[in-house]
Amino acid sequence: MGKNIIEKIWEQHVVYREEGKPDLLYIDLHLIHEVTSPQAFEGLRLAGRQVRRTDLCFATMDHNVPTKNLPTINDPIAKKQITTLADNAKEFGIQLADIGHPDQGIVHVIGPELGLTQPGKTIVCGDSHTSTHGAFGALAFGIGTSEVEHVMSTQTLWQTKPPTMEIRVNGQLGVGVAAKDIILAIIAKWGIGVGTGHIVEYTGEAIRALSMEERMTVCNMSVEAGAKAGLISPDEKTVEFLRGRRFAPQKQFDEAAEYWLSLTSDADCAYDVVLEIDAAEIEPIVTWGTNPAMGVGVSKTVPTKTDYDNEADRGALEKALQYMDLKEGQKITDIEIQHVFIGSCTNSRISDLRTAAEIVRGQKLAPGVQGIVVPGSWSTKRAAEEEGLHQIFLDAGFEWRESGCSACLGMNEDVIPSGERCASTSNRNFEGRQGAGARTHLVSPAMAAAAAIHGRFVDVREFAKQQA
Amino acid sequence: MEPINIVKSVYAPLDRKNVDTDQIISKEFLKRIERTGFGQFVFYHWRFNENGQPNEDFVLNKPAYSGAEILVAQDNFGCGSSREHAPWAILDYGFRVVIAPSFADIFHNNCFKNGILPIRLTEAECDELLAKGIEQAQEIEVNLEAQTVTTGYGKTYTFNIDPYYKKMLLNGWDEISLTFQYEDHIKAYEEKRLVFE
Repeated sequence: MGKNIIEKIWEQHVVYREEGKPDLLYIDLHLIHEVTSPQAFEGLRLAGRQVRRTDLCFATMDHNVPTKNLPTINDPIAKKQITTLADNAKEFGIQLADIGHPDQGIVHVIGPELGLTQPGKTIVCGDSHTSTHGAFGALAFGIGTSEVEHVMSTQTLWQTKPPTMEIRVNGQLGVGVAAKDIILAIIAKWGIGVGTGHIVEYTGEAIRALSMEERMTVCNMSVEAGAKAGLISPDEKTVEFLRGRRFAPQKQFDEAAEYWLSLTSDADCAYDVVLEIDAAEIEPIVTWGTNPAMGVGVSKTVPTKTDYDNEADRGALEKALQYMDLKEGQKITDIEIQHVFIGSCTNSRISDLRTAAEIVRGQKLAPGVQGIVVPGSWSTKRAAEEEGLHQIFLDAGFEWRESGCSACLGMNEDVIPSGERCASTSNRNFEGRQGAGARTHLVSPAMAAAAAIHGRFVDVREFAKQQA
Repeated sequence: MEPINIVKSVYAPLDRKNVDTDQIISKEFLKRIERTGFGQFVFYHWRFNENGQPNEDFVLNKPAYSGAEILVAQDNFGCGSSREHAPWAILDYGFRVVIAPSFADIFHNNCFKNGILPIRLTEAECDELLAKGIEQAQEIEVNLEAQTVTTGYGKTYTFNIDPYYKKMLLNGWDEISLTFQYEDHIKAYEEKRLVFE
């Protein structure tokens, strides 16, 4: 029997194996940001240790950088965390894309942009959305700060090999249905715990048809399905995306590409679990609750208690609707929003901005709606400005910001006020995620842009028809 | 890391599924650059009302559960963000053990690095613990060596744990020091590691 890509990458990275222990795995790339690293660097200092492979580390600031009025940082604690990373990077000799550096951006946006992310690599970062890099056929997962310190010290991690899961997306997506809707539909269908303890490979015609940026959106939210990692076997699109990028192989690019393609799951491989979904049944999704599985198609209604067969789920529905100030059976298209956030490591890349701009072009934000667009990196921002996308957003009344994680988690000043509602292209709708008392609805960039214009959720498929 | 074996204490029943790390430690408290001092902020938006006054209905604010070193919850505890500030906050608040039917992967890993024992019991066992604990605060005894949870209502539950992590917790070992013993293997791997120029 053949092997799947997860098994191939895993086996290639085993440094040491012994019965009764996890495997000691080698780590090829360690991405570092300001929030989950200070305690790890401090640990090194206290123990008198060095970073073993500074050449395999790359650091940037993203979580709490301000997205306006740079370089001023008003929040003194955020400022301290940011300067701490700059000091640590200098002390330990790690490459850093500092604030104002042309490479700075959300760590999961710049990794692929710079060509640091490559098929077959093991990639870690102290951030759960590290799964994003799986789009390239890399084994990429989030780790805690103790593991960050462990990787810094040893370039390895002790890991128990998890079972594998295939999520096959058959057929073709409808017009106006986005990569974001695929992953939200998967999570809505099987729940936020479906992938717990597993590494997922996404396969199928609808996945193969996605661009690299769309694949990143799908893999990004693997962790929202509970998975340790989510990846997609590399193909020609992967190879072409990486060709010529700064940190991609140069002299030996063709050899590298040949190796990358050899990692693709074998036709006769097996997985511990296989799930299938038909792309044609997926419609644009809007989340109505307080975890990413609480989502439905835009043409549907908020669930009612009779939709659930157990008391725990009915209780969770009640708690979520109370927090979200929604009613059972309410039409999704009747939900009015006051804020729109286009950004985050899920949906802040150039194709996301193009899609949103296409819908916004020549339109105005609905009265009472505030919108911000936060490009995923400086490089994305420059590219968007060269195309004039920023002007489309500005003309419509959006704010055009600097890059960072921003209102996805509201660590900087970009927070949604208590009791107000946001159509957000980010990845989490937990209570208080975007600000204490803020109500988050996760959607695709097209759906967020359409909601901005109408002041409520609209079916972007209809919207596209009206505009045509 | 503090070794852990026997923990005997009243437990706090947190009757919720999918308790995410944003709830355990909210983002406004992630800016500290130390590992300590997070306990005061654990479950902040559940413990305190918007006016900053304690929410008396929340389990941790009820005097009967004060001093609890064991937390019991529902499925998928610790989902969401990788922030290790979540286990730091739980530990700093005084918990040494978390019991749930399932845990999110990163949180589960993070516990072992900090001397917190995460115990998976079945859903029925957790439901029973929660129901009994909500009815009346109860003391239980967790024994890691024996892999048991002994209740005051005449039942003893057993649990499984990876032997590697069990040993680490029992001894309070620092994993990095352990890994340095494998330096020869790491070096050997690096010599044959595939790198494209």
